[in-house]
Amino acid sequence: MRFSGLRVLAEGLTGNRGWRPHWRDPAPKPEYDIVIIGGGGHGLATAFYLAKEHGLTNIAVLEKGYLGGGNVGRNTTIVRANYGLPGNSEFYSHSLKLWEGMEQELNFNTMMSQRGIINLCHSDGQRDAFARRGNAMRNQGDDAELLDRAQVREMLPYLDYDNIRFPIYGGLLQRRGGTARHDAVAWGYARGADQRGVDLIQNCEVTGIDLEGGRVTGVQTSRGAIRAKKVGIVVAGRSGQVAALAGMRLPIESHVLQAFVSEGLKPCIDNVISFGMGHFYISQSDKGGLVFGGDLDFYASYAARGNLPMAEHVMEAAMTLMPVIGKARVLRSWGGIMDMSSDGSPIIDKTGVEGLYLNCGWCYGGFKAVPGSGFSFAHLIAQDRPHEPAAKFRLDRFTTGRGLMDEEGTGAQHNLH
Amino acid sequence: MRLTCPICGPRDRREFYYQGDAVMLDRPGADAPPQVWADWLHLRDNPAGRTRDLWYHEAGCTAWLAVERDTVTHEVFSVELVESADAD
Repeated sequence: MRFSGLRVLAEGLTGNRGWRPHWRDPAPKPEYDIVIIGGGGHGLATAFYLAKEHGLTNIAVLEKGYLGGGNVGRNTTIVRANYGLPGNSEFYSHSLKLWEGMEQELNFNTMMSQRGIINLCHSDGQRDAFARRGNAMRNQGDDAELLDRAQVREMLPYLDYDNIRFPIYGGLLQRRGGTARHDAVAWGYARGADQRGVDLIQNCEVTGIDLEGGRVTGVQTSRGAIRAKKVGIVVAGRSGQVAALAGMRLPIESHVLQAFVSEGLKPCIDNVISFGMGHFYISQSDKGGLVFGGDLDFYASYAARGNLPMAEHVMEAAMTLMPVIGKARVLRSWGGIMDMSSDGSPIIDKTGVEGLYLNCGWCYGGFKAVPGSGFSFAHLIAQDRPHEPAAKFRLDRFTTGRGLMDEEGTGAQHNLH
Repeated sequence: MRLTCPICGPRDRREFYYQGDAVMLDRPGADAPPQVWADWLHLRDNPAGRTRDLWYHEAGCTAWLAVERDTVTHEVFSVELVESADAD
């Protein structure tokens, strides 16, 4: 079933009675060529690209809850490619290009909105750092513009320009950045994978990984044993538990990150704005809610909900930057479980077990990586060699120290990102 | 969340700074092979449930604390001074 303007119109005129479920609900088969553990954005994108780019369709995606019920449904929907370090730079650049073609590729409206992302700077040093980052982005072939204070003021007249502690010196603008409808991304990839023959199996928790002579032979699940030649782990905050089923420990600690949304308002914030000094970022959803967030709560947690001190901090940062939103009421808040790697960068690699592949460590930046991560992970699983833009996301960098990617320059150790 | 500092009593979470898994107390010997050091520095059990981690009472007595707590419910089971915990 393809979506088109004509189809939507026809359905609208006939009471929307012709729509059918967009994917099947199959029972697991006893054996697949490839099993993907995790039916979130990254897992579904992996299955989609395995089918589309590599012609592999004897695949199951196993999801312990419902599709897209994890971090892909619990983020602030920001898409960008403004990284500076080699490794990250080429990867997110590739991912952003996939975002730009996603709706056509999936025939699904993911509401990709390239409304521009502006990172504000508040000191000479920060402006210099942004100039350098902007140059790195342009060298990568992406867009970046350094704005001065007057240019920022023209675009964002409602910020507090009289703040003495955090004066606004300017900003780094990436016009191709923006937001997308988070759930639609998961649904679009799910539908695309299902159409190509991938089995999406929900309420199916993996309880064991079967190994034989150093290679993977299948998985044990809450819906029975499933044999598989290759298994991919892509479970974000739960990476530690799933990897432990194969006897592995990872350089990952799971933390909670909160986000908030206000009541629906008339359009007022046109872009994505980040306030690094207060660690705060905000955009307005198409429904009108202000979607915003801050930093981690900074302690290991699987609670998927945060504590009040960070909520208070985020509200303070909001009021510092844009007092104009002070009267908007917060509608709800939520927390996601972030797979924080010790250098703050992701892992897409083989493991010590033959046929077992790992995709994790997305920290608090997994959403914008969904298409790139799926594409590169599919390439690795299908061809047994890394996809070039993701080739530096190696697992062994934590042993050798070679290629550690400390994007924020805070140190390649836990709890510093 | 509140932690009961053995020196200061029950205090708000904001007074404490999280310092990571208590595995950091088990520092390898100077002659340990590089793999052991790398594993100690980077690899974590990352349990969903009972865990033991280090907190620094930054805005209080500045003691380092070993806290046993639950990462799913945020329940705190015990808080003790690292010095006495480490002496065992």
